[in-house]
Amino acid sequence: MKRSVSLLTFAGAAVGASPALAADLNVTVEIPRLSVAEYHRPYVSIWIETADASAAGTLAVWYDADSKEDHGTKWLKDMRQWWRKAGREMSFPADGVSGATRAPGPQKLVFSSAKGALKGLKPGQYTLVVEAAREVGGHEAVRVPFVWGKPGKPASAKGSAELGTVTVAVK
Amino acid sequence: MTLKTRLLAVAAAGLALAAPLAANAHRGWLLPSFTVLSGDGSWVTVDAAISNELFYPDHRPMRLDGATVTAPDGSTQKPQNASTGQYRSTFDVQLNQAGTWKIGSASGTIQASWTENGEVKRFRGSPEDFASQVPAGAADLKTIRSFNRNETYVSRDKPSTEVFKPTGKGLELVPVTHPNDLVATETATFRFLVDGKPAEGLEVTFIPGGSRWRASPGEIKVKASADGAVKFTLPEAGMYWVNATVRSGEAGARGPGMAPPAAAPGAPAAPAQPLAGNGYSASYTAVIEAQRP
Repeated sequence: MKRSVSLLTFAGAAVGASPALAADLNVTVEIPRLSVAEYHRPYVSIWIETADASAAGTLAVWYDADSKEDHGTKWLKDMRQWWRKAGREMSFPADGVSGATRAPGPQKLVFSSAKGALKGLKPGQYTLVVEAAREVGGHEAVRVPFVWGKPGKPASAKGSAELGTVTVAVK
Repeated sequence: MTLKTRLLAVAAAGLALAAPLAANAHRGWLLPSFTVLSGDGSWVTVDAAISNELFYPDHRPMRLDGATVTAPDGSTQKPQNASTGQYRSTFDVQLNQAGTWKIGSASGTIQASWTENGEVKRFRGSPEDFASQVPAGAADLKTIRSFNRNETYVSRDKPSTEVFKPTGKGLELVPVTHPNDLVATETATFRFLVDGKPAEGLEVTFIPGGSRWRASPGEIKVKASADGAVKFTLPEAGMYWVNATVRSGEAGARGPGMAPPAAAPGAPAAPAQPLAGNGYSASYTAVIEAQRP
């Protein structure tokens, strides 16, 4: 009896703490087509930073989990900002986060507020970080600020080498 | 003993002292291929040398006799695939545990002189050998004790702190900022202990690698506060050589961060000279990496 009461209380508190957000985070990441002698698709991590630059959650990690070498985890550290702030705390493959590397071109992604890092994310000002590291290539992180909690206008920022335009919209 | 006679005594001691004095500019280092790694199949390969330029093996290989690999759980492992070449030694470490690994050496040396039957006796060796070879209550006993630590740290997955548990011996690093969490341009803090107590006023030197392509050494010197804390900011990403020494009384003869030299074989048997007095020194040397922001 006691147990069901406390469960009910907990459920009530959870609803009270985070107002029901029917919002999704729409993200477009452009992976540039590069004319290089040896091209490998980049490893990419997509994560959320709080105002104090700590990580609030990881939305996606694209890497080569099928690689014979350590299932691709050997190179996760190359996305070093994400690795330091979030990645090294996780285990891989990570459910709902891990994915295969993507081909050049715009990659359209929709992250639901009902799942993963967005679930329970308090309304407020955040930064979406897209960090790319390419084998025998470069490294780049692109940051796009967004306000979580209500639909907003799309915002974007452009990388200079390893990433093209990153667009973020709360819908 | 006047300064002049002391200098004469040093000169008379000959070979054994000449080499370490000349070696003062040489730096011992253990340089890992990576300090931040991911995945359970990780290995690091380590170069170990004593050189002038950082980090180019241009003088002597570091002897690996004292090199120990400490796993995140505190257990020790042997370096793998060890070999010693003309200018450097190398070995591998398989990071079969997640967390922070410590790779390096820490050893104490005692130099002693005493009088036995009117004759001056000398000793140089480990504290264990000192205890067994130098008679207890020896007459005119003078000792110069030194403790030298030379290490580097690498982390697989999430860094841990077990390997930094102070032993109370010599100079030791206690992370405030974890040494595998250093980012160029970000302020970091290390704490140092000497024989388990805060190393107040300790001067710690940070020297970046890549000196061959720089006009100036670019060294950074920082003094420790009362609690032994050293606050520093590494300006650029890269590997850095860290060194600090405490000294009191008579100086032991040794370059910073170097393994104890081997006894020179066939050295002429000059009459033993007594040590000028008691002394103590402890040195800390490490290689750390500042990540690019």
